[in-house]
Amino acid sequence: MLAFIARRLLATIPVLAMVAVFVFLMLRLTPGDPAAIIAGDNANSQQVAEIRSKLGLDQPLLSQFAIWSARILRGDFGESFFFKKTVTDLIVQRLEPTLALAIATILLSVLVAVPLGVIAAYRHESWIDRGVMALSVFGFSVPVFVIGYLLIYVFAIELGWLPVQGYRPIAGGFGPFIERLILPACTLSVIYIALIARITRASMLEVMNEDYIRTARAKGLGEATILIRHGLRTAAIPIVTVIGIGIALLIGGVVVTESVYGIPGIGRLTVDAVLARDYPTIQAVVLLFSFVYVLVNLAIDLAYVFLDPRIRY
Amino acid sequence: MDGETPILDVRGLTIALPAGADRRLAVDAVSFTVRPREIVCLVGESGSGKSVTGFSVMGLLPKTLRATGGQVLLAGEDMLQATPQRLRELRCTRMSMVFQEPMTALNPVMTCGEQIDEVLRAHTTLDAPARQRRIVDLLGRVRMTEPERMAAAYPHQLSGGQRQRIMIAMAVALEPALIIADEPTTALDVTTQAQILELIKDIQRQFATGVLFITHDFGVVAEIAHRVAVMRHGRLVEFGPAADVLSHPREAYTRMLIAAVPGMAPPARAPAGLKDEVLRVDRLAKTYETGGWLGRKRSVNAAAGVSLCVRRGETLGIVGESGSGKSTVARCVARLVDPSAGRILIGGQDIARLAAGALRPFRRKVQVIFQDPYRSLNPRRTIRQSMVEGPMNYGLGAVPALERATALLDLVGLEAGALDRYPHQFSGGQRQRICIARALAMEPELLIADEPVSALDVSVQAQVLDLIEDVRRRLDLAILFITHDLRVAARVCDRVAVMRRGEVVEEGLIEAVFLEPRHEYTRALLAAAPGKDWQFGALAAG
Repeated sequence: MLAFIARRLLATIPVLAMVAVFVFLMLRLTPGDPAAIIAGDNANSQQVAEIRSKLGLDQPLLSQFAIWSARILRGDFGESFFFKKTVTDLIVQRLEPTLALAIATILLSVLVAVPLGVIAAYRHESWIDRGVMALSVFGFSVPVFVIGYLLIYVFAIELGWLPVQGYRPIAGGFGPFIERLILPACTLSVIYIALIARITRASMLEVMNEDYIRTARAKGLGEATILIRHGLRTAAIPIVTVIGIGIALLIGGVVVTESVYGIPGIGRLTVDAVLARDYPTIQAVVLLFSFVYVLVNLAIDLAYVFLDPRIRY
Repeated sequence: MDGETPILDVRGLTIALPAGADRRLAVDAVSFTVRPREIVCLVGESGSGKSVTGFSVMGLLPKTLRATGGQVLLAGEDMLQATPQRLRELRCTRMSMVFQEPMTALNPVMTCGEQIDEVLRAHTTLDAPARQRRIVDLLGRVRMTEPERMAAAYPHQLSGGQRQRIMIAMAVALEPALIIADEPTTALDVTTQAQILELIKDIQRQFATGVLFITHDFGVVAEIAHRVAVMRHGRLVEFGPAADVLSHPREAYTRMLIAAVPGMAPPARAPAGLKDEVLRVDRLAKTYETGGWLGRKRSVNAAAGVSLCVRRGETLGIVGESGSGKSTVARCVARLVDPSAGRILIGGQDIARLAAGALRPFRRKVQVIFQDPYRSLNPRRTIRQSMVEGPMNYGLGAVPALERATALLDLVGLEAGALDRYPHQFSGGQRQRICIARALAMEPELLIADEPVSALDVSVQAQVLDLIEDVRRRLDLAILFITHDLRVAARVCDRVAVMRRGEVVEEGLIEAVFLEPRHEYTRALLAAAPGKDWQFGALAAG
């Protein structure tokens, strides 16, 4: 088992290396000059050239890459062109809001979606089932920003129950922290609730037809025990897979949601860095994202082992 | 035993099928009883309503089926009127069920001990250590060695027989008065089946339990039944003591069923003579390897050093239990899998290593009939499309291909009207006939039949075996016949090879192997065949 985890972690190295090459080339091969952006509209060509040489952008591509990757291997992601800070500091600073939003979203999604899916499957073809399915179609089809503005309008502006936007670190007290997290997390979780509820329902429907569910009934067990202990546990693998994919896809959703609610997280950082052609920041963020993807996948694989004793690595 | 109050008294049980089914009632006014310390076999072919009857006792009918009349009295209490709560209380305490397929009937993600523990937790107030002692004790009583280790194991880590023992331990945990066993040995190998049947007899004596044993297999009936109830199309055809029903069946249907069971003694056959060899297999081996960079490497020898020969006009049987490698050999010969070593000579040419292109001419010569006719025909293609596809692939024109298909359907006893229908419109037996016709359309030299009658009811089985015999004689075919069923092998094979763990342990003329087996494994196999002492083949229909 430990050997498996070690092997999987080692396997992330070539993946990250490929991502690094890819990001590096993509940025350099797209039009637009960061030096010109930093220098501003009034700068003359000499000033731009100075900035370019200061950033090392006048070097040949290959040596830029060599310098950059040598630094990364030492854990130094360089200094942001645009924010004038080291990229590491920048990311650490922006990490908390995004993590808080992501965790709140996933928790909310799972806590709402899994029971919904289980109930829908248990009451298959009843009005509850059809209701859950209808909600799920709705959740899939409405864009994140529409839900975001809708929730802000109803709960923040009309009812005035929650703040419109912003973020307070958890260090400043749990109340204000969670108050500002509710609407963004609800917004972001709609699509995940739709997705996870659907998968839970489908997976449960399949499992509830299995022979061992009949055996459980024949043992005289109660319906709740049958549903949770025998049903949900074996139905969990597809559900966990989707939750994992959800976590990975969350990054896309975070960008939009953070913009709508003015949360200073990684999502916003990514957007700002792209607009400013801030190469070091973009590179670091993309590398971070791909590392998270790999870790999430590893976590899913480990969850399989925990859920199903037939799976062994 | 007579005169005792029955533990189970089924009176006029009637269960309706949903609208649109092929008949109105799944079970039609069925009455029978099970007394304490008695095994009653409920026998019938698929669709006879025997399992539905069993499920109705437990209150486990699927939602689409509804009992519309009659009574199911368990020690005087009507199960059809019981509330869900009452049914839950009675399950496992007064009545238990053992299911057909122990792999799927056990929860794959819980240990066997946990699954037995659930029964104790649901119905008793025992504390954890007491329950643990009880589980170990139960596993000992169902004859499991190392009960502690078995309790900690997951179902997939056990063999089929061990799993069924777990199921039985679960069923008898609270010493119920009635056990319903739904085809409990059908999914098991013959030697395991013999052990489980012995165990059920033993448990029934030990716990003074009444057993309702649902089966399609008259061999099993002969082995364990005290009384037999025969069902057909939802009706009870005949009910009486086992010896009477088996030797003097009153009803024509029962007589037909019993007559359809092949005898263990091979019938006298015309010697095939020494015609030319169609297939010679020489030291064939197949090793499966799994795992690699990210996993442990495992290798399994599915077949090793297998040598066989089939001549024109003869049937060579390969018999063995699951995992013996008999199907692997068949698949290698058909080159559906690539052999790891050895030679496969078809008409003198080695095809063991031929590449796909060079193999093409040989594909036509070797045709396969698979076990499950429900899954081996493409459900979206008509019979015509399925039948002409092969010959046309080998260059036959559309018109002659169709003519050939029509002629072959006639040969296998189907009308030409069958051509434009889809597989789901046929019964299992008819589908297997279609599969045979489809294989013959290629004008093969060697026909491989891989458990061709295992998925079929016994009466249909007899017809399909007759057909295979007929086809062999008429077309002078060489047939490689794979089966786990010794009775079936006795019926159709000229020679037989017995396989165990990838090796041929004994090979010879069928009479020699069956009547004077030399290898101890062959002897064990023959001894395990259920109802072997019963002269099934001798009883004529009529």
